[in-house]
Amino acid sequence: MAVSEYQVRPGPEGYLPPAAASMGVELPERGAALVEGRVVPEEEAFQAIAEKLLAARNPVFFPGPAVLWAWKDGVAEKAEAVLKLMKAVGARAIPMPDYRPKYPMINPAVEINPNHPNLTIWHNRIDVGVFVGVHCHYANVALKIIRGGTDCYTIALCGEMGHEDAMITLRDVDIRKLERLTDIARALAAAGPLRTGVMPRAGTAV
Amino acid sequence: MTTQQVVAPEYLFFEAERERQFITGSEAVREAIKRANVDMAISYPITPQSESMHLVGDIYAQGYLKEYFRGESEFAVMSAVAGAAMGGVRVFTATAGPGTLRAFEVFPTWAGARLPVVCAFMTRGINSPLTIQPDTIEMAFLLDTGILMFHAESAQDLYDMILKAFVIAEQTDVHIPVGVFTDGFFVTHTREEVATAPADLKLPPYNPYSAPVPVMDMENVPVRQMRDPFVMKSNFISYAAHASWQQEILAAQERARKHVRRYLGGLLEAEHPEAAVLVVAAGTAVSQGREAVAAARREGLEVGLVKLKSLRPFPREELRMLGRQARALIVPEFNRVGWLAREIKSVVEDTTKVIDAPRVFGGMTMPPELILAQIRRCYA
Repeated sequence: MAVSEYQVRPGPEGYLPPAAASMGVELPERGAALVEGRVVPEEEAFQAIAEKLLAARNPVFFPGPAVLWAWKDGVAEKAEAVLKLMKAVGARAIPMPDYRPKYPMINPAVEINPNHPNLTIWHNRIDVGVFVGVHCHYANVALKIIRGGTDCYTIALCGEMGHEDAMITLRDVDIRKLERLTDIARALAAAGPLRTGVMPRAGTAV
Repeated sequence: MTTQQVVAPEYLFFEAERERQFITGSEAVREAIKRANVDMAISYPITPQSESMHLVGDIYAQGYLKEYFRGESEFAVMSAVAGAAMGGVRVFTATAGPGTLRAFEVFPTWAGARLPVVCAFMTRGINSPLTIQPDTIEMAFLLDTGILMFHAESAQDLYDMILKAFVIAEQTDVHIPVGVFTDGFFVTHTREEVATAPADLKLPPYNPYSAPVPVMDMENVPVRQMRDPFVMKSNFISYAAHASWQQEILAAQERARKHVRRYLGGLLEAEHPEAAVLVVAAGTAVSQGREAVAAARREGLEVGLVKLKSLRPFPREELRMLGRQARALIVPEFNRVGWLAREIKSVVEDTTKVIDAPRVFGGMTMPPELILAQIRRCYA
């Protein structure tokens, strides 16, 4: 269990916030997850993710290269599962196709870049952002910058070991976990509306 | 290739029956690399490291590695190693003293590029007038490069730490280089019994597709060089991205703690940690400390020994706890600057407890009597 009292909450945390790992937040072991810096059972995190997404005004997924390209067996199926989850929670997608610094040419309406993710979040007024299929180092850098400069609530659905700098992180995310999350979201949505606001604008995201 | 069976790291490290060999520290490096499933080793000679990479060349000829060559200089070797690691293969090299400094720019580059390179450093003096003798001063320079640093006391440590370094370095949440350090000549050129796993076993191959940065094999998405520099841009967000990138390397060091505890059994080892006086050391200074502690305890003095195995990550919480209950922490070192005492002072609550002595350098040995004298002063 993590012993840190450091809270990984939505920002803006400040000029140059620390990486959460340097504040004592530890990644979860298999079968566990992180919610705002605390280690919790995975099922608790599933529920929290579904609630956050369904209550969001403008939930947006940021799919990265590892799910955008069918670069190995099983990736296309995983991308399908991500799409089903997005549909279940009514989220849009703004892709992270690669990791090149694209200053100042980034078009925040059509892509997000890990080196200045805050621009995309500000431009689209995103209140809940989900990282999936992004290589871990780039996800960590982007999540920390988002926490530093925006009030966006971030969720990481990581195929590897997770991310301390997301407000909620699941690790070892595979199709089975994506489907479980989708089922929970559908059940929660069927139980009644959680969304309190409306999307500020449709944008041009794909 | 020589036929070897891939086994789980836990089996190779903790369960496989071991054979005892009477070998030098350099030969212990060879034995570790035999079992490490290394794809590529790149070498350049410098005393006292030359023998170890020569021996790695021998096992290349026997089929234990896929590729081996000699670079043009230490800088070229470390750069070539970086290229190999970016290409997604497991690489190993070694260096020492002035070679370490000649290659210095590349060590933080390895860390910044999240490359799980394993490099053995057989430490020696670096300053003028020229010396090839044992000295750990080069470690002082490497403390803040972002690499993980393990310090071997013996050939046995060297064998174990090198093998385990690959597994720790390649964890997805870590994925930064590991330097395994040992005191040149004291370990590399002396012989001791080393317990080794069977040579027909080896670690699983490196899986570059779990790396936190994309491997550049041109068949992996996003299929291009992704680590373009921020430095050419002059705006706040490019600086913030670079700063966050640097913080992420430090975060990776923090994440390494649990893996170091799992595979090395802890960042430090303590004998009689409850004692009022503790000798705290790393490398072969531990051996000298052990002799001094034994002699002091025969005199009825309450003394313990703390062996630091990992310097990055540094066992700050463990030392803070030990420092709370101890009356004095004696730090013997084989270098002029006393970098280990400085590190310990940076984490204990009462720095006046830290005795930064005895200290020898220039290749001099450290008689245990020097440490014993410090222990007696604590009780005078």
